[in-house]
This record gives sequence, C-alpha cells and structure tokens, in this order.
Amino acid sequence: MNDTIIGIHHLNVTHAGTPILKDVNLEIPRNRVTVILGPSGCGKTTLLKCLNRLIDIYNGLDVSGQIYLDGEEILNRRNDLTRIRQKMGLLSQRPYPLPMSIFDNVAYGLKIQGLRNRDELADRVEFYLRQVNLWEEVKDRLKSPATRLSIGQQQRLCLARGLAVEPEIILADEPTSALDPLSSTCIEEQFMKLKRDYTILIVTHIMRQARRLADHVIFIYLGEVIEQGTPTQIFDHPQHPTTKQYLRVGH
Amino acid sequence: MRRKNIEERIFKSLAAAATYLIIAVLLFLIVVILKNGLRALDWGMLTKVPQGGFYFGEEGGILNAIVGSFYLALGATFLAFIIGLPVALYMNIHLLRQRFWLNRIRFLLDVLWGVPSIVYGAFGFTLMLLLGLRASLLAGILTVTLLIVPIMIRSMDEVLQTIPRGLLESAYALGSTRSEVAIKVYIRQALPGVITALLLSFGRGIGDAAAVLFTAGYTDYIPTSLNQPTATLPLAIFFQLSSPIPAVRERAYASAVVLTVIILIVSLAARLLSAKYREHVIK
Amino acid sequence: MHRRKIIDRLISGWMAAGLFFVLMIPLAIGLGLVLKSLPILKILALPELLGGSIWKPLSGQFGFKPFILSSVYVTLISFLIAGPVCLLSAIYLTQYASRRLLSLMQPVIDILAGIPSVVYGVWGVLVIVPFVIRLAELREVAISGYCLLSGGIVLAVMSIPFILNILIEVIQAIPIELKEASLSVGASYWETIKWVLLRAGFSGIMAAFGLGISKALGETIAVLMVVGNVVQIPQSLFEAGYPLPALIANNYGEMMSIPLYDSALMFGALILFVIIVLFNGLARLAINHGERYR
Ligand SMILES: Nc1ncnc2c1ncn2[C@@H]1O[C@H](COP(=O)(O)OP(=O)(O)OP(=O)(O)O)[C@@H](O)[C@H]1O
Ligand SMILES: [Mg+2]
Repeated sequence: MNDTIIGIHHLNVTHAGTPILKDVNLEIPRNRVTVILGPSGCGKTTLLKCLNRLIDIYNGLDVSGQIYLDGEEILNRRNDLTRIRQKMGLLSQRPYPLPMSIFDNVAYGLKIQGLRNRDELADRVEFYLRQVNLWEEVKDRLKSPATRLSIGQQQRLCLARGLAVEPEIILADEPTSALDPLSSTCIEEQFMKLKRDYTILIVTHIMRQARRLADHVIFIYLGEVIEQGTPTQIFDHPQHPTTKQYLRVGH
Repeated sequence: MRRKNIEERIFKSLAAAATYLIIAVLLFLIVVILKNGLRALDWGMLTKVPQGGFYFGEEGGILNAIVGSFYLALGATFLAFIIGLPVALYMNIHLLRQRFWLNRIRFLLDVLWGVPSIVYGAFGFTLMLLLGLRASLLAGILTVTLLIVPIMIRSMDEVLQTIPRGLLESAYALGSTRSEVAIKVYIRQALPGVITALLLSFGRGIGDAAAVLFTAGYTDYIPTSLNQPTATLPLAIFFQLSSPIPAVRERAYASAVVLTVIILIVSLAARLLSAKYREHVIK
Repeated sequence: MHRRKIIDRLISGWMAAGLFFVLMIPLAIGLGLVLKSLPILKILALPELLGGSIWKPLSGQFGFKPFILSSVYVTLISFLIAGPVCLLSAIYLTQYASRRLLSLMQPVIDILAGIPSVVYGVWGVLVIVPFVIRLAELREVAISGYCLLSGGIVLAVMSIPFILNILIEVIQAIPIELKEASLSVGASYWETIKWVLLRAGFSGIMAAFGLGISKALGETIAVLMVVGNVVQIPQSLFEAGYPLPALIANNYGEMMSIPLYDSALMFGALILFVIIVLFNGLARLAINHGERYR
C-alpha cells in the first residue's frame, strides 16, 4: 500500500543565489491525492514545475538534487523529456486553452504522439470530453475556438487535454482558484472520480477542499517542507507552530 | 520521433543562422562605411565649406552641410518639442479618463509615424508655396517638424503612461492645478523619456533626406538666416555620390561616415542619458 | 489664487491647441494631396492613370503602371528576404537563445534602425550593386547592377530591424502558460513553436509584416540610389525599376514648366499616402486587437 511513485531527494532551486526550494525530500504515494499547502510565494508552483521539468524554460533558475519517477531519475537526464512530461498532466491556476478548436485542444497531445487515424482521434476526444463532463455541452461546436468557452468549461477542457495523453500523474496548481463555486465543485468531483486511477498532486489554498480531497498533506513554508502526514495528522493535530497558525487563519 | 528531431534541428540552426546573419550584416555595413569613408576623410572636409572646383574634386569640405543639418534638426526638434510635450502631457493628464479618445489618438499618431518622409516632403513643398516661402532653412524645419512630431509625442507618451496614478492623485490632493501637476510632477518624472524622445527625433531629423529634398534647397554657404537655403548632410552624400568624378564620390563616402558617427553618438547618448536619469525616478 | 487659475487655463489651452494641430496633420496632408491632384484627375480617368503604362509628361501621357509595379516588385523582394529572416530570428531570440544574446541584439536592432536611409544607399552602391553584378554573371547576364534585386536587398536590410523589433514584442507578449500547456502534453519545443506560438501570435506576426511592407513601400533615397530609375515595366530581377517614391524625388525640381506634371507627381504621393495609411492602419488595428484579446 505504501507504494511510492515519485521520490524527491535533496531538491534545491535557487534564483541568483536566493533559495526558492531548500533541500526538499518527499515521497509521493501512488494513486493517492497529495495536497500541497503553504502560504503564497513559498515555492509550491516551483515544486510542481520541477516534477515535469517545465522549470527548464525559465532562465536563471538553478536546480539540483534528484527526482525519481517510477525509479527513474528525471531531473538530471537530458533525453526524452517529452516522454516524462506525457506521464504528467498539468492543470494550471487559470485555464489556457491552446489557440485552436475545442476538438484540436484534446487531440493535440494525441497527434503529438503520432496518432493520425481520424476515427480513433474522434473516439478518444469524445471519451475524454465525456470523462470531464464536457461532451454534452460542446458536442455541437467541436470546431469552434476553445477560447469561446466559459472559464469553467475551459478548465475542464484543459483537464481533458491533459488526460488524453494518458498520464499516470496529474499536477494541479490551484485548479479552481479562477472558477465560480459551481465550476469548482465540478472540477473537484472530477478529481474524486480520477482518484482511483491516477496519482494526483494538488496545490490549493482552500482548506475545505484540501480536507475533502487529501490522502496525504504536505505543508511548505519559505521553500522548506516543514510538516507532512495524513489529513487527520495535519489538520487535527498539527505539530509545527507555523502550520498551526496557517490552519487557524485559513479556517 | 527521429524525423521530429531532425526537423527541429534544421529549423533551430536556420533560426540561429538568421540571427547571426543580422549581426554580421550590421558589422559588415559599419566596416564598409568606415573603410571607404575614412580614406577620404580629412580635417579640411570637416572645417571648410566647398571652395571653387569642389565638385570637380578640388579644395573644400562639407562644413556647410554639417552645420546646415544641425541647424535644421535642432530647429525641427525644438518646434516638435514645443508642440509635442504639451500634447503628450495633455493626453496623460487631461484625457486620462477618456480611454475611447486616447486609443483613437494613439492609433492616429502611430499611423502618422508610418507615413513616409517623401510624402511629408511633397506636402511640405505644397505648404511652402501656400505660405509664400521659398526653399529655405525655415521651410525645411517646418517639414521636418511635421515628420518628427508624431515620433516625439508617441515616445514621450509611452513614458508618461508608466507614471503611477497615485502620483497624480497625491499632487491633486495638495491642491495643485492640472498644469502645475504637468510641469512640476510629470515632466520631472518623465525626464529620461523626454530626453530619449528628443534625441530620437533629432536623429531622425538629421538623417532624413526625402523630406528636405524639395524644401531646404541646397547651397555652398552656411545659412545666416531662416530665409536662406541650406545644405544638409544626407543630400550632400546623395549629390556627391551621383557625381561621375571618383574623387567626389570618395567624399560622399567620407560624408556618410560623418553622418553615421553623428547618429551613433546620438543613439548612444540617448541610451546613457536615459539610464542615468532613470535612477531618480519613482517607479 | 486667481492668477494660478488663469495660468492653468492658458497652459491647458496651449496643450489642447497642440493636440488639435497634430490631429489636423493627417487631414491636411490628405486634403492637400487631393486638391493638388485634382487637375490631373479632371483630365485623365483613374483607370487610365493607374493602369496606363506610357509615361510621357511632355505629351500629356501619365501612366503610373510602371511605377506602381516597380514599387510592388521591390517591396515584394525585400519582404521575401526580410520576412523569413526576421521570423526565424525572432523565434530564435525569444525561444532558444540565452538572455545575453537577446540583450546584445537590442543595440544591434537600435543601431540598424537608426542608420539613415542615405547611408544604406551608399552601402548598397558599394556592396550590393557589385554583388548583384556578380550574381548576374553567374547566369551569364551582363548588367549595370542598378536593378530591382539591388533595391530589394537594400530595402530588406533596412526593414529587418523594424520588423524584428515588433516580432520580438509580439512573441514575448504570448503568455508563457500556453507554452507550458503545450510542453506538458509532451510536445517538443519546435512543435510548441509551430502549433502554438505561431498560431497565438498570428495576427501580431501579420501586423509586423504589414508594417514592414508599408515602411518598405515608402522608402525613398536608399532605393532610388540602387534601383536604376528607368521607366519600364521590369521583366526580371536584373532589370531596372522606378518605384513611386523615386519618381517623386527625382522629378520635383523640373516639374514646374510642364503642365500637369506637378499634379501628376502629387497624385503619385497621394497613392503612396493612401496605400500606406491603409496598410498601417490595418496592421495597428490587428496589433491592438491582439493585445485586447490577451
Ligand atoms: N522564474 C523565476 N525567476 C525568479 N524567481 C522566481 C521564478 N519563479 C518563481 N520565483 C520565486 O520563487 C518563489 C516561489 O514562487 P512560487 O510561484 O513557487 O510560489 P507559490 O508557492 O506557487 O505561490 P502562490 O501560492 O502565490 O502561487 C517566489 O518568491 C517567486 O518570486
Ligand atoms: Mg503558485
């Protein structure tokens, strides 16, 4: 049961000498929801970006340490980033649909993988749009630009886009912070559903959401992991004074 | 997978090649201009006006054109400044809340910036006849002013736009009138931008040939009043280059060096000055 | 207290007057050029003027086709060179290159943009004309070197800093999250550029090209110095052309004595003005629209 999918060892990220993440050591359990908490600017987004190596596209950040994905070291390896990234779907704070049609947004990753067969593409697009409960709303306008959808719909579309490449892990960075309560609930329900088949890492500032979703909670403060454990441990019996204070204010 | 990588490699190398090509062209251009120009450049060229036989390759220099160009560009920059600064201030203080009109004004100025100088030249010529002027320093200054006013306004406007609103509000709170705000607060805040705008416009004014072709005339003397025609550096280069006599063409190359060096100094000064003044500005 | 108010009124009035004056410039130019072209428009019909290919001012024949075509050709050549080079370079500078190269490039662009037209002309005469002669020799054609191709190349070099500058801005304005989204589903850099960045920046890129083209159309002295200036409909790259701005610049001195010549040249300026304002306006609209979209 204590199966680890991602192992992070001595991860350090600095920008021009200033540390952003300090000696982070973590084990992320497989097929569980891990919630990352912490005040703004503590390095949560940076941590997620290290996992799928999007950190590479920012100039001036130095990264050191090791990250093991299924036992394979991914941080210091140069080759085949694309395969590693396909193992992780990303859902960001605000939805960023690609500048193409709804259909092509979902099909994009599949086409990148080399899938060309039209019928199969159509089948898979429908499948993933159904999975995120978007199919009924968009089936008549698959060819229209994705930017015309509402924000909540766009976020679900982005989830479908990420799921379509069949990742093992979903990285979600405050996925509901730009959404209205109803769309938030909708996304949250998706996560509950996806929980069985995926490993989910989610950053959130909403305590109640964290409580509802979490199997495992990590608390980061100023770039350091200062406390982690089960939701009961963290929410009901926090040990560290900073965690206590954060939870008190957050409630 | 293979093919994708090869495609990426090819395009990446092409893109790198394009970039280095641009740098190489700039270096090449400067080297060619300097190499050809410095040969013919001597002290006499910078300090004398054309003497008898100058256009057959004998004694003389291009002082008339150098001084003429400075007069012209300074005059035009001054006029454009007198018109441009108030307009830029007006847009950013009085019209601050009129987004609709502001957008349209900016759009119009951007389009004006794109109108080629030959059109300004033709228009300036018409205007000159209408005002009863003849080709002269004054007519040249007026035409170049029209040309650089949009540049002046837009580049000052870009700087003024970055001034925080809070500054305006706190100045009002102290009981300042709008023009006091403009003069005491905005101009000081925008000083680096204003200087950059001045130098940019000056550089554009001194380098432009098509606008002064019909309006400034050409003469071997240094003008002593606004009503006299004046030589300009771009035209000096242009006329000398079209001469069949090699010695005269050599002088065109030398004149090109003079003009290029002036422009380089101006743009360097713009960079340095605006970097220096920026230290005193509230961000 | 009273005096301050009056001074405020005066200064504000001066400012408003300046604005009014500036806003009148385009109107005045347009109106002036139209009025001046009226005499020729009264005598010759528009299709005759634009489509006629005979230019004999002495006998009252004013066909603008050779000049318009020359302008179009020269601009096209310059665009075919400058467009791809700028797009590739902008992609390289914003996506692949180090910060240092990008900041090194800024002064290069500034200097190239600041060099006066006439200096480009000198450079064209010194470098491009002999180069084109050599090029023609390879194909066993003997030419003077003052031709469309030379004009196009010089123009291309002149438009590069201009187009490149806008392209870099356009690409940098695309939100980095779009790039992240594409990379995170396993796309390579190149696929991301090709399918996402170029699409997201499409209107901006087109606008940059539009501005570049309109600048090239109006460029005068540099082109005039290398393009040959022969009234003909050029049949090949190595033949001389005679673009509109060169026509105006070359003939202003002598025009007074010939009837209608003056008016014809003003009509030429009017064509330029209208085309360039249109191009410019559309491109600016596209850029502004793109900004709002984001
Ligand atoms: N590309 C970068 N260059 C420089 N500093 C960066 C960069 N990215 C992040 N930082 C810095 O690293 C720190 C952590 O940022 P990060 O975005 O990871 O915070 P966060 O925990 O996600 O905050 P929030 O909850 O507000 O999203 C911040 O101080 C930020 O300024
Ligand atoms: Mg964050």
